[in-house]
Amino acid sequence: MFADLCARNGNGIWTVEIIPAEIEPPRRSRAGASGNRIRFGSKPVTNAGDEADIVIALNEQVLYSRIDAGALRPGTIVFVDNIWAKSPDESVRANYAEAVADFQSRGYVVREVPMEEECRKHTDDPRKGKNMWVLGLLCALYDIDDTPVRKGIEKRFAKKGESVVRKNIDLLDDGYRWGIKNLEQRFQVPASRSEQQMVVMNGNQALALGAMAAGIEVCSMYPITPATSASHFLAQNFDQVGGFVHQAEDEIAAIGFAIGCSYGGRTAITITSGPGFALKTEFMGLAVMAEVPLVVVVVQRVGPSTGLPTKIEQGDLLAALYASPGDAPKIILAPATIEECFHFIVMARKLAEDFRGPVVVLSDANLATGQQPFPKPQPREEWLSPPIDQSTWNPEVPPFAWDSETGLSRRPVPGQRGGEYVLTGLAHDAKSKVAYESAINQQSMEMRSRKLAVMHAAMQPPKVHGDPEGDLLVVGWGSTLGAIEEAVDRLRGEGHKVSSVHLRFLSPFEPGLKEIFSRFKKVMTVEVNYSDNPEHPYITPSSRRYSQLAMLLRAHTLIDIDCWSQVPGSPIPPGVIAEALRRRLQ
Amino acid sequence: MVGLKQDWEIAPQSRTCELKDYQGAAPRWCPGCGDHAVLGAVQRLMRDKQLLPEKTVCVSGIGCSSRFPHYMSTYGFHGLHGRAFPVACGIRARRPDLDIFMVTGDGDCCAIGTAHWIHAIRYNMNITVLLLDNNVYGLTKNQTSPTSRTGEKTNTHPRGSVLPPLNPLCVTLGIANASFVAQTVDWNPPHLYNTIKAAHEHKGLSFVRVLQRCPHFTKHVFQAPLQDLSQVLLMTHEEGISLDAAGMRRFPKQIAHNPHDLDEARHIAAREDVYPIGLFYRDENAARYDLATAQGIGKTQDEKLAAIDQALSRFAV
Repeated sequence: MFADLCARNGNGIWTVEIIPAEIEPPRRSRAGASGNRIRFGSKPVTNAGDEADIVIALNEQVLYSRIDAGALRPGTIVFVDNIWAKSPDESVRANYAEAVADFQSRGYVVREVPMEEECRKHTDDPRKGKNMWVLGLLCALYDIDDTPVRKGIEKRFAKKGESVVRKNIDLLDDGYRWGIKNLEQRFQVPASRSEQQMVVMNGNQALALGAMAAGIEVCSMYPITPATSASHFLAQNFDQVGGFVHQAEDEIAAIGFAIGCSYGGRTAITITSGPGFALKTEFMGLAVMAEVPLVVVVVQRVGPSTGLPTKIEQGDLLAALYASPGDAPKIILAPATIEECFHFIVMARKLAEDFRGPVVVLSDANLATGQQPFPKPQPREEWLSPPIDQSTWNPEVPPFAWDSETGLSRRPVPGQRGGEYVLTGLAHDAKSKVAYESAINQQSMEMRSRKLAVMHAAMQPPKVHGDPEGDLLVVGWGSTLGAIEEAVDRLRGEGHKVSSVHLRFLSPFEPGLKEIFSRFKKVMTVEVNYSDNPEHPYITPSSRRYSQLAMLLRAHTLIDIDCWSQVPGSPIPPGVIAEALRRRLQ
Repeated sequence: MVGLKQDWEIAPQSRTCELKDYQGAAPRWCPGCGDHAVLGAVQRLMRDKQLLPEKTVCVSGIGCSSRFPHYMSTYGFHGLHGRAFPVACGIRARRPDLDIFMVTGDGDCCAIGTAHWIHAIRYNMNITVLLLDNNVYGLTKNQTSPTSRTGEKTNTHPRGSVLPPLNPLCVTLGIANASFVAQTVDWNPPHLYNTIKAAHEHKGLSFVRVLQRCPHFTKHVFQAPLQDLSQVLLMTHEEGISLDAAGMRRFPKQIAHNPHDLDEARHIAAREDVYPIGLFYRDENAARYDLATAQGIGKTQDEKLAAIDQALSRFAV
């Protein structure tokens, strides 16, 4: 709600949800931290930033998980609920006193606040009321108009009755008054309201709205974190555009159902995460082989196996590209912002139909739950999939009338007289007849692959952030865009000749990469997936495993591209990236 | 015109489809394979009902029987092993106008695709499902299937299969929302035809298990009921599978079974002393998921654009 207020105020924001895997972890446990990290500023904010300036902790123990995550620095102002100092449990009192002393010795500015005590004036269950009180405190701290929150409270709790509305508003007001009266320091973050109408949402909501704006009719899914909230949104809203969410019996059925829809001439999307995608790979191969248009979203989380379900990683690039029996060339897109999550689904739907095959959209847990304002898209008719074609099909035209140059072809859909054909995952000729002849297998493989070359030829080279030449070029993809560019800007400020380029198309790659890379002395990727530390004695040039995009780019360009990557399960802050780049520049 | 009303007009003659209009590539199944009979029955049914080839989809998985769509001249989807159900359900979800036949085998349905089978029965979407059960994996050359009898010698169990077979009828009759469950045999054309016809006319998922000979690997399995018709139990009922008097006379063993009696259906399906054929169960009122999935079809582009704009506006700041 605070982030929403800031955005309404005209501030740039970026939020990160801190979510434990459990629904209700033990209270006061360090590992059970849940919360929200909000970075806001006068200008647009592109990433979660470095250490926090202000932290609000409802208990002191939970703060240790954030300290371990490197989220605090000396000078960080810590507001902590002092109710624990008065706990009847002696060990709680002792732990609290010890922790507060420890925080001070670490250089944090500790402000003990009677949050629970104040809340008790208005509610018997301060656990439920503290958020509202703290929101009031934050509004006082940052001098922010809380009118929209009042309206929000009235709307949200209207059904629960006047007394609940009153109670929440009282908590908000009391937090605000307490702040004005007691805070020693208060801040102002000037906002610059955009002329454009802005919207604020998270990446999964943007994906879901993108699916609606693309005219997609069916979302076929199986619940998996952190992808499911996109389907939740559609379950709530899809009927408004005539769409339908199918919760399948498993991940395989989810994509099979979507492929069935698409074969029947209805556009479909399936939304999953790494483990779910692993199960879908046989059907991915079929969609490539039989050229069935389909949008597949993979909201990446930490792997391998079950990994860290709620945390961010970019570990599914190679799986998206290669996990299928045989060679199954497909289009892979990677949105880098919340706004792109919306527009890339619209683009993916169209690419899937134009190039007649599956398009994978790689999002991640950072984009999924992060919130960012962007200009409100104006839905356009050409974004929507066209109504189903039931006209007569010329029987002379086979179902795979591959253009010998481009590999492109149009497909008949059931109901079109004259277009009857049997889709098959077996090797087939242009008529979709099962074909065992070597020449036909060679030709059809060539046709499916050619489509990617054609798409590559139709694209523009990516834009370089910074100077077009220099000492170091950083290459990234996905949700790291903001952090990488902020790190690069800091280094440029220090006089380093560093630039960056961020790839949105991972298969096929955008053209001109080799030429761009050749203008820099050194090229390296920065990714949130695993790579070997080259300084370890066991890691030699012949044993070193590179991060995933680096592997692909090395093969693609034959340039000795380096990489730096980490798998912390959280977005990598710009300061950490900047430090890594400084070391590579030495 | 004399004697005719002013507004009388001749409806443009709709085309008449002949058997050949439903026939695709020449079947490559072995001579004597029961699949031929099922293919012929479906083609005759389509002709008799004058279903349009372009409005019909045959969906299958992988296996001998799953080659079925290639031998039709309708639209077809020959997909992945075990995954015919989700594809057929997906097609049906937004295409209430099509006729959908799904052909699967005992390996495809009862082994690798089991999860989909169970849930598709529960979804009860309007699809005619034919399980061609020959008790063996044929295409991959003689491996034990879930329906192989105990002691059956195959390439994977050369000393005889160890486990008792799975009974697909008992499984299906145990699934919530099952709405049509029947069994027939490939070697009795009238019963086969009439069963598929009743299945096609049912609104919902109709599940038909066809006991089907494999001349190569399980020739012996159905020898007994073929030679001795007293090993077959014909279920009769006015709401069941109809058979003319001559057809009825061929079955010395008959039982009157009301297809609305689920308990009795389960009891008969579990019998191991005879091969029961006919309609076990029918429930015309079972919930149909395809009625839910089809909601919203036909919104205009303008309606969609307005709804999307409204949805976006809720995030406006």
